[in-house]
Amino acid sequence: MDLHFTSEQATPQEQAIVDAQVARMRGDIPQRSYLLPVLIAIQQRVGWISPGGLNYASNVLGVPPADVYGVADFYALLSTKAQALNVAHICDDIACANRGGAALCAAMEAALGPAGAGEATTWHHSPCLGLCEHAPAALVARAGETASSMLLPRATTGPLLAILAGAEPVRLPIETSLPQFGDASLKLLRRIGHVDPFSLTDYERSGGFAALRRAFEMGADAVMREVEASKLAGRGGAAFPAGAKWRSVLANPGPRYLVCNADESEPGTFKDRAVMEGDPYAVIEAMILAAFTTGCELGFLYLRGEYPLAHQYLSYAIEQCRAQDWLGANIQGSGFLFDIELRSGAGAYICGEETAMLNSIEGYRGEPRNKPPFPTQVGLFGKPTVINNVETLINIPGIVLEGGAAYAAIGTERSTGTKLYCVSGDVSRPGVYEAAFGITLRELLTLAGGVVGNLQAVLLGGAAGGFVTPEQLDTPLTFEGCRTAGATLGSAVVMPFNDQTDLRQVLLRIAAFFRDESCGQCVPCRVGVVRQQELLQRLSASAPIGDVASERALLKELGQAMRDASICALGHTASSAAESALSKFAIFQPR
Amino acid sequence: MSETTRNGATPLVQLAPDAMTPIPRGPLPILPSRPSKMIDLTVDGRAVSVPEGATLIEATRRLSIDTPTLCFLENLTPVNVCRICVVELEGSRALVPSCSRKAEAGMKVLTDSERVRLSRRMVLELLASSVDVSTAPQFQEYMRRYGAHPERFGAAAAPANEGERDAAVPGRHHTGHGHSAATAASVAQPVKVDNDLYVRDYGKCILCYKCVEACGEDAQNTFAIAVAGRGFDARISTEYNVPLTESACVYCGNCIGVCPTGALMFKSEFDMRAAGTWNETAQTQTNTICPYCGVGCTLTVHVQADKIVKVTSPMEQPVTNGHLCIKGRFGWEWVNQR
Amino acid sequence: MGGGTSSYREIEEADFIVLWGSNARETHPIFFHHVLKAVHRGARLFVVDPRRTSSAQWAEGWLGIRVGTDIALANAVAHEILHRKLEHGEFIANATSGFEAFRAHVELYTPEYAASICGIDASLIRALASAYASSENAQICWTLGITEHHNAVDNVLSLINLGLLTGHVGRWGSGLNPLRGQNNVQGGGDMGALPDRLPGFQHLENDELRAKFEKAWGVTIPPKHGWHLTGMFDAMDRGELKALYVIGENPASSESDQHRTLRLLQGLDMLVVQDMLLTKTAELADVVFPAAAGWCETEGTVTNSERRVQRVRKALNPPAGVLDDMEILRELAQRMGYDLGVKTAEEAWNELRPLSPMHSGMSYARLDQTEGLQWPCYDESHPGEQYLHARLWQWPVVGPLAPFTCANDEGPLEATDAEYPICLTTGRRLDSYNTGVQTGRYASPGRLREAIEISTADAKHLDVCDGDRVRVISRRGTVEAPVRVDATMRPGLAFLTFHHPDEVETNLLTVDFTDPRSGTAEFKAAAIRIEKLPLLAESQVAQAVTV
Repeated sequence: MDLHFTSEQATPQEQAIVDAQVARMRGDIPQRSYLLPVLIAIQQRVGWISPGGLNYASNVLGVPPADVYGVADFYALLSTKAQALNVAHICDDIACANRGGAALCAAMEAALGPAGAGEATTWHHSPCLGLCEHAPAALVARAGETASSMLLPRATTGPLLAILAGAEPVRLPIETSLPQFGDASLKLLRRIGHVDPFSLTDYERSGGFAALRRAFEMGADAVMREVEASKLAGRGGAAFPAGAKWRSVLANPGPRYLVCNADESEPGTFKDRAVMEGDPYAVIEAMILAAFTTGCELGFLYLRGEYPLAHQYLSYAIEQCRAQDWLGANIQGSGFLFDIELRSGAGAYICGEETAMLNSIEGYRGEPRNKPPFPTQVGLFGKPTVINNVETLINIPGIVLEGGAAYAAIGTERSTGTKLYCVSGDVSRPGVYEAAFGITLRELLTLAGGVVGNLQAVLLGGAAGGFVTPEQLDTPLTFEGCRTAGATLGSAVVMPFNDQTDLRQVLLRIAAFFRDESCGQCVPCRVGVVRQQELLQRLSASAPIGDVASERALLKELGQAMRDASICALGHTASSAAESALSKFAIFQPR
Repeated sequence: MSETTRNGATPLVQLAPDAMTPIPRGPLPILPSRPSKMIDLTVDGRAVSVPEGATLIEATRRLSIDTPTLCFLENLTPVNVCRICVVELEGSRALVPSCSRKAEAGMKVLTDSERVRLSRRMVLELLASSVDVSTAPQFQEYMRRYGAHPERFGAAAAPANEGERDAAVPGRHHTGHGHSAATAASVAQPVKVDNDLYVRDYGKCILCYKCVEACGEDAQNTFAIAVAGRGFDARISTEYNVPLTESACVYCGNCIGVCPTGALMFKSEFDMRAAGTWNETAQTQTNTICPYCGVGCTLTVHVQADKIVKVTSPMEQPVTNGHLCIKGRFGWEWVNQR
Repeated sequence: MGGGTSSYREIEEADFIVLWGSNARETHPIFFHHVLKAVHRGARLFVVDPRRTSSAQWAEGWLGIRVGTDIALANAVAHEILHRKLEHGEFIANATSGFEAFRAHVELYTPEYAASICGIDASLIRALASAYASSENAQICWTLGITEHHNAVDNVLSLINLGLLTGHVGRWGSGLNPLRGQNNVQGGGDMGALPDRLPGFQHLENDELRAKFEKAWGVTIPPKHGWHLTGMFDAMDRGELKALYVIGENPASSESDQHRTLRLLQGLDMLVVQDMLLTKTAELADVVFPAAAGWCETEGTVTNSERRVQRVRKALNPPAGVLDDMEILRELAQRMGYDLGVKTAEEAWNELRPLSPMHSGMSYARLDQTEGLQWPCYDESHPGEQYLHARLWQWPVVGPLAPFTCANDEGPLEATDAEYPICLTTGRRLDSYNTGVQTGRYASPGRLREAIEISTADAKHLDVCDGDRVRVISRRGTVEAPVRVDATMRPGLAFLTFHHPDEVETNLLTVDFTDPRSGTAEFKAAAIRIEKLPLLAESQVAQAVTV
């Protein structure tokens, strides 16, 4: 290509950062797919993506500079403007806002000035950081030669400022995220808190890789049949049968790719984080199993950029697995070849959408693709691709070991197995809970120590989900049960709000979230989420255009168009919470 | 002044010795056969057949159904982002974009159902409430057709200052909690004038991606512009919003050629509009051939009062596919100067 | 018949394309769009060019040969194809002649031998040969890098050899294509604006063909071919040519060895110039006929590089007092006592159709209905031919076989030496055209001021950097120019355009050696030396800037 560059040159440091990334590139996938890793590396060390650094990366990777800029400017954790080296991202999303998040933002403003200001140290508002059980959450990124970033639970002003200045944070043990810790009936969570997440030996001693050994004996066909028999449904939100997805990928000629969706970013969701921070090898074993069954030679683990600890564990675990022959050319002598590329997101909710994730991995803006064709046919690099969420995958070892039929016997007819629930909000014991499908909302809330205060509403499924009323507490938390209740299980967010919560503020925060996170590609969503936010603000300020009734009608129409005409699930669900709240609660009523 | 000296006597490709006698007439060239299966489907209750691989919009066009489009052009890869061409497909939960959805046997498609009309109207209202569509006559026709009332979303907010939208940071709108909701956010902003050939008025940009495609792989392959930012702040930009003169732009103007709203405009047209002298009804458009290199690009010459006011190229033209280079598109100034 | 054998559409569908002496990215940008479509489809692109041009930057293989060593390269490619047995034996046996002599001729040209002549790595020659010969559909495209040499015809013939050797001609997707440097260069040839041809490439010295025209026109046509343009200058030099009528040409700026050109033009008894603008040549003329802009103020046709005859239409009126070329010619003929008979472009065209079989099927109505038709188009039911020479694949071949030619490699006539150590080559840039008469009048934001481009090594040796002024001296003349250092240039090579004669009179330097068969001058190679000029004093800089 005949690329053209502006005159800005990279510093030696920037060149070294890019060169180091380039030296690690695989030869069998397009170079461009290293763009985001290169940009993240520059961001982490330099603190921003400078024009010189961008030119250098662009030249080395053969991606036009305007294109690289478009990618860099898409992600909230990358900065295309010079900014302070030490940055705190303070969560003021629905779970954190009323639990100290808003107050922490105010305190940061008092200490450091307005969001984004400050030369050495600054702060920003952040959407949900996936640490809702320990609200309020904050993410600290310290750039420089010894770059580091960390997710802080129960953040408070003093310690946060100290950490920004270089102090080391105090970590909470992972079992504090698992109120059921010690319960022998746990399946998916059984190792968490009991093993050293760094230790492959611990993993193997606690039954790790037994399923993979068994799978190698059974052969891929047999594993496929067990997965189909298990009726395992995808846990990412759409509940698509995993077996059918795998079968479909297998029907298309290779090369095939596996993508593990670890970009957990639905507000109120934190289960995958707990799994990856507590039992990282389980994710890797599950990926190898899926790849073995579907004939994939390379897997990508796309991890949320806000999960630095999980990144640390996973990247170490991948190295250990390579060293111990669990990944590579001939895994444990089975003749099976498979490796995993760990990729980080950089602050974009939309990249959890599977096709946006594919674009992000390929080095493009995280804009969803139109479907069909589906990723099972035309996925990563245009090849058939299995995409499963972390939680879906970690069910596989159990299915292999215990058999699909035994698995299908757990839960309900249409929702099989156990499920991880993310309980936060006005509840006594927030955390990740594992329960067989079929547990009712009431039972789950009881398990979590009950609601704090008088229950007003429960948000199910996160920002993209909907509300249920106190009268609907006997809803079984299955895919079909939630649907019947006019809600969605989604990513299994269960967030009760007591009567001290202003639901209108919750709706406004959700509307702001969608405005922030829409990728901007299609008109109904790009402008629709803005108009939705404005409309809710007008209602909130009692300043409707026309009257409240006509505003409510307009909101409905807007929701219909976003649902009908948007490209992806973000637009399809952006109005769900508002519409369910307006239909079930006495807010924004015409006088 | 076609200076034929430079290769007027170029040796010709002759696969026979300096033939004093003409080479006999040979057989006709054998063209590759492109067999294609036909697909039968139903659109608005009417049966129609299209070749395999054809999209739903082709099916609607075969039935003379005028499906509105904004981001679609035959000479560009469909990006299906504007969503105005959506149709209702039996069995599909959401509407589907007809510009890119391939026809399949037995599909039942509705192009004018209430659901379709609602989404199309809403797309028009969302755009017209946030973008200046005053130089987009086709868009205005669609607004009339679908009864769009963008004012339902309130009066447009004040325009951004120069560079303000270009400085937006992804994911940081919500700091504006509870800010005044009296006006509707818009992309209004000052026009970018950084060269003598064309202007970029992004207050008129509906973000159809066409210019990015024309600058990129679909035509020019120069990649001077891309979509930057996110959400409502997404915008067409050079790297770091540098002026075109510092960017990779080679001024082929193919972005102007595909822009559906006049956001990208010849400087000549922009200046005439500013002066109030632009008068399309008094203009003629004549197809002729570019006077420069030997490729033979068809130029559509737009003339007002015996002066060339701009040059375009027909999209369906096999040489250009609607695309030109800087000389063909802008190199006519001398004709007016005589 | 002479013309590019393939259609642009076939370029898009090719598996292999070599641009040989062509920087199509800048000089034929829309043709390059078709090339890029092929590249995006997975086609392999090679570029042969002494400079690493923007076209070359898209290529899988760039062969940065020494200027004027194309025949050695082509012969070595043939050698490699033969030694790897990648030739198309059946096609050679059935459709060509002279193969054995050709085989013997190229035997000498091992890739290593050619590499030493061309100054590139032999592996590149092997890569090009293997990619070309093993591709299903392969295209060779060339421009002035092949034809602006003293041995231009041999250059072209050596490329044609490759097409014959591999059967990459006469089939859909494979071909041999000169990209015409100027609008209607092809059409000019089609219409007989060649010294030895009548319209439709019919040979002037064929009595039967000439008689056909004589009958139609009611005149006697001289039976001997005339002069090429460069031949005319030689004739002026010999005193045989005393009056010149120049239509749409600017030889005063565009011809090589400008001192000589001006001297000869000024020595004419009479010079008549017919042009759209008052060119440098027109300034020398005794009589100037102001002409309408052919492309937008008149009706007619042109032919493009894929042999497509296209309609040119009148979009606006010329300025007052300006006539179109045909009107001027008709008026002139009238006053000289002859009635040309035809009044409109269409009438002239219809006069041609019965006389030129390859144009017979092209009525204005058909040309208007289509996007133009590709010749040959023998009758109104004939679709026109997307590619030429299909007959070579119908065996036994009707008509003459396609001959191989043994082309000897001869470097540029003016070799570099101790006194003139640098080879100056010339070319065009994207936003400008030829002598800049037209393109100099629009405000291209990317336009570069004329500067001599030299390699980093030569810049170091001369102790100059970007913007420093140098004196450029050839055996014919001297110009001053600023320097632009280009890291992609090979040492010993310099580059100038002739777009800005007001800034740098490049053609004061160029040589007027011409190919005796094509009459094209060797614009691509002149031996020069570069001398650093002393820095201007500050006051002079200020003065220069204000000027």
